[in-house]
Amino acid sequence: MGETNVQSMSKGVSTGSVPLDELVAICGPDRVITEHAALRTYESDGLLQYAVVPAAAVLPDSASEVAAVVAACHRAAVPWVARGSGTGLSGGSLPVEGGVVISLSRMRRILEVDLANQRIVVEPGVTNAQISAAVGPTHFYPPDPSSQIICSIGGNVAENSGGVHCFKYGFTTNWVVGCEVVLPDGSTTVLGGAAGELDRPGYDLLGAFVGSEGTLGVATKITLRITPAPEATRTVVAYFDTPEQAGQVVSDVVSAGVVPGAMEIMDNLAIAATEAATHAGNPLDAGALLIVELDGSESECAARFDEVIRFCEANGATGVRIAQSEDERALIWKARKAAFAAMGRISPNFYVQDGVIPRTRLPQVLRRIEGLGAEYGLRVANVFHAGDGNLHPLVLFDAAVPGEAERAEELAGRIVEVCVEEGGSLTGEHGIGVDKKRYMPKMFSEADLEAFQRLRCAFDPDGRVNPGKVMPTPRLCGEVPGPYRQHPLEAAGVIERL
Amino acid sequence: MKSETPSTYDEAAELLRGATADGRPVRFRGGGTKLGWGRPVPEPDLEICTEGLDRILEHNAGDFTAVLQAGVPLAVAEGAFATAGQMLALDPPLSPWGGAGDDAAVEAVAAGATIGGIVATNDSGPLRHHYGGVRDLIVGVAVVLSDGTVSRAGGKVIKNVAGYDLGKLFAGAFGTLGLIADVTVRLHPRPARTATVVARSSDPTQLPAAAATLAHAPLEADCLDLWWDADAGAGAVLARFGSADPGPRVEEAAGLLGKVGGLAIDIDTDDTACWEAQRAAQRGDVVVKVSALPAALPAVMAATQALGGTLVARAGLGLAWIQLPVADDGAETVARIESLRGALAPAPCVVLDAPADVRAALDPWGDETGPVGLMHKVKERFDPAGVCAPGLFVGGL
Repeated sequence: MGETNVQSMSKGVSTGSVPLDELVAICGPDRVITEHAALRTYESDGLLQYAVVPAAAVLPDSASEVAAVVAACHRAAVPWVARGSGTGLSGGSLPVEGGVVISLSRMRRILEVDLANQRIVVEPGVTNAQISAAVGPTHFYPPDPSSQIICSIGGNVAENSGGVHCFKYGFTTNWVVGCEVVLPDGSTTVLGGAAGELDRPGYDLLGAFVGSEGTLGVATKITLRITPAPEATRTVVAYFDTPEQAGQVVSDVVSAGVVPGAMEIMDNLAIAATEAATHAGNPLDAGALLIVELDGSESECAARFDEVIRFCEANGATGVRIAQSEDERALIWKARKAAFAAMGRISPNFYVQDGVIPRTRLPQVLRRIEGLGAEYGLRVANVFHAGDGNLHPLVLFDAAVPGEAERAEELAGRIVEVCVEEGGSLTGEHGIGVDKKRYMPKMFSEADLEAFQRLRCAFDPDGRVNPGKVMPTPRLCGEVPGPYRQHPLEAAGVIERL
Repeated sequence: MKSETPSTYDEAAELLRGATADGRPVRFRGGGTKLGWGRPVPEPDLEICTEGLDRILEHNAGDFTAVLQAGVPLAVAEGAFATAGQMLALDPPLSPWGGAGDDAAVEAVAAGATIGGIVATNDSGPLRHHYGGVRDLIVGVAVVLSDGTVSRAGGKVIKNVAGYDLGKLFAGAFGTLGLIADVTVRLHPRPARTATVVARSSDPTQLPAAAATLAHAPLEADCLDLWWDADAGAGAVLARFGSADPGPRVEEAAGLLGKVGGLAIDIDTDDTACWEAQRAAQRGDVVVKVSALPAALPAVMAATQALGGTLVARAGLGLAWIQLPVADDGAETVARIESLRGALAPAPCVVLDAPADVRAALDPWGDETGPVGLMHKVKERFDPAGVCAPGLFVGGL
């Protein structure tokens, strides 16, 4: 089903042929892949429903090689897509037909660890988990996608990745302070703090770049803030008859001014799947479980933890399990972080969504999802980042049953529409990519999309960087509108045009 | 200069469309507390005031979000949020005088800084240490572009990656990309109690060390500031803790500071005034904002000392506001600013407040570095006619 979507997206953008000789001259023959079988490694990201084999894949070793590759593609009018570890869940790094994939997986050096300034400078291929490892045990890097052992920081920057600790600590965009970026014309610039400083004068192009899904350029060096590791961590898992009760605990906790490091809910189906996969010891008859993790100073954690337990009990918790050791804590998280992978235990296929809702709408949204599941005759497992209202409904289906995959996809689409109708968003952390772009008009008006396009065109007027992603329909940039007139201030010498 | 006060986005759009058609420059005005910031530019033909866009459109207490029109004074918004035990964790100075000033001048900015102006200028205060800046607190934005397009980006939920993050692009753009019509903000619980540990010293080398000790401690201070007054030869590190019971953490912080040695340490549980003073010290006759790394704090203090200035710094972030004494001669003030820039290069040193002759004699933004060409391309896409606050911003944007 992906191919047809993909075909249409570069419509209107003329493309040249891949400058293979140049790419080989830049990276050497071993790091330019053109054989079809080898190229299939790059045909999909973590969202396997979509697959496109690119014309070539290159594996540059350095920022200067990336810049040379991009410049060569620019001259040859060839579209390109940057790729990190390929764990994305929205088809954000899906290749373009006839285009080049720039894999950053060889650029995995940690360039500088500066604990005094709480900064780390890394290449884009470094994994998320390696960053916290490099600055530990005194410090850590909070955004922690479930795929953190594999996913690359360059991909995190492109997608503005989240994770379970983001309610308290913020998202990737809150932790990136500077990026060396190769722009679509092959030039290199630094967005944000050149030395990792905050508030560099000028437009916050870094803020616009992070989360732009690889459509504005490619980061070749990333400077991140890090923070002192918490002194204490307390983790509890509580069981309830319904997800609504667990949701009410979350609201009570937040309203009381407690800011847990993480709050996660799984429903009965998700518990069943993860038990089969991890044997974490969660009861199969629980309607929902809630994980609450407090972190911070010893005194603050201890005081607030009792409050959290009281809220669980007041909302009818049928059981409460407090992690007594790091091993027990790890087991609680193992079940949660394995949730997507574990779905294979209860269903041949699944389709994951990433909608966000205002947290207070949780009860009605769950009712609507349940109703939709019944309407489509499909099971939906639910896993949420409860603090920030980010839902991951998992639509279970069997692709071997004719028509079921299509039905599952349609149901998943109905679910994100519900999220938007309730005042939420299409995606909290997975990105729009190719997968959700058709829903963009549900959330944004044509005027909104047009403003997005202005930003994109400022960076990539030719539309050759990760084309066909984010925007619902292909569109061209055109020239900057309006005839150029000398501004009165320019005539007066007050301003100057570059 | 004509002044207009639209009360709807359509009216604002109509005004901007007209300005674009005529090629006449426009500036945007909120509370009017920071009109002197940026490059000096001729008075534009039209000023669009956000006074008529002053509604709190939503306060979703259960979801800890709010939608504020640009003209809502921050103080008014905070009052509304406080009734629900919440706050917008943004506390820049609300007037150019930090509360003082003569009657007429105070009257002119009585309502104080508006959310639109604060977002447009990326202003911030001590809470930035823990809660981040404007860019970290806005989750959605509505803007009116110079061709009359009204566009939204972001959303009303605290987590959202759909579409481009135009909120960050417009934050701190000084109105040069268009009018910010409303912003959706993330709120936080207002701490039931706060307590501040204050460590005073007359030794300027000791204070950055004290600040670094707290910056690396896992105590999660809400604010971590430093001040230094060169003339008085006195300064302090201040760390504020907020929660239902901040006592244990503030005691722990005091203990850590005790180990630094040579500091006079007090715990202040009625700490509003000392933080008001930190905010107020970000404004003055001549104020330069320094963007450095935290470890550069000793150099920033030395530069302040050499020029006889006063300093407030977000010690854990590396941001500092240096007030320089006003010289009788504007050229002398310019020389002091240039000396400061020379001493701290390449850290950006942006002149916020300064007399007109000083601003005219130097670029308040400092030397152009970074992707200024790309910024011009962004400007050309959003404001092709070049009517939104032309010339005010970095590189003449």
